Amino acid sequence: MWYYEKKLQYPVKVRECNPRLAKFLIEQYGGADGELAAALRYLNQRYTIPDKVIGLLNDIGTEEFAHLEMIATMVYKLTKDATPEQIKAAGLGDHYVNHDSALFYSNASGVPFTATYIQAKGDPIADLYEDIAAEEKARATYQWIIDLSDDPDLNDGLKYLREREIVHSLRFREAVEILKEERDKKQFY
Amino acid sequence: MFTQFKYWKPYVSPFDPCKPIRVKSYSTPPQLYIPFQPPGLPQYPTARQALHCGTLWPDLFSPYPNPEKKGK
Repeated sequence: MWYYEKKLQYPVKVRECNPRLAKFLIEQYGGADGELAAALRYLNQRYTIPDKVIGLLNDIGTEEFAHLEMIATMVYKLTKDATPEQIKAAGLGDHYVNHDSALFYSNASGVPFTATYIQAKGDPIADLYEDIAAEEKARATYQWIIDLSDDPDLNDGLKYLREREIVHSLRFREAVEILKEERDKKQFY
Repeated sequence: MFTQFKYWKPYVSPFDPCKPIRVKSYSTPPQLYIPFQPPGLPQYPTARQALHCGTLWPDLFSPYPNPEKKGK
């Protein structure tokens, strides 16, 4: 059960209509290392992970939906009121024939989202290591989008999202330490 | 203290068609160096600043793009 707060986690601003940038950003919407994949992966793994770290997966999975909503807002603003010609020039003509200007869960190349992007192995260490890898890959994807983007307002939001990947990665690394159960023991060598 | 970016010099062939990048870099953010966040880490003085940085703790902040390299 969730409560919904009718605001974004971080304000989203976009300087100009730029459907080409929107095409790149879609990678974080419905791509393999995107926010949808992250949210579904963590919230699904919650059920079979040891109780000590269920809350962490719950909180991070929930936050990923807040990020998904930010990405959706960015894509929407970048393409809002763009003419079919502008959409076509940005390489989104094939998106337009299928979806008009509606958002859809696909990656930057238009490949639709698939559950094969995520995994639930049932082994707590295997699952948490996958989660750490997912955060690092999402961080890298944000870096490459920032490199391609010339919109300073958009980049402000993207830098925020990149930092969240870093914090999440740290939390998953801490979860592994908790499951190793060596933290409070005195270390002798 | 660790650095947030590392540098390396890839091999450059005399026949590389693109203008070679002599020094390449990659990001090594703080989570790689903090196995478990200790209690009582100092926080940003204002909530606004923390929101802008995406974290409550300056020790967890990672800049991008590399501020030393002006853009790329």
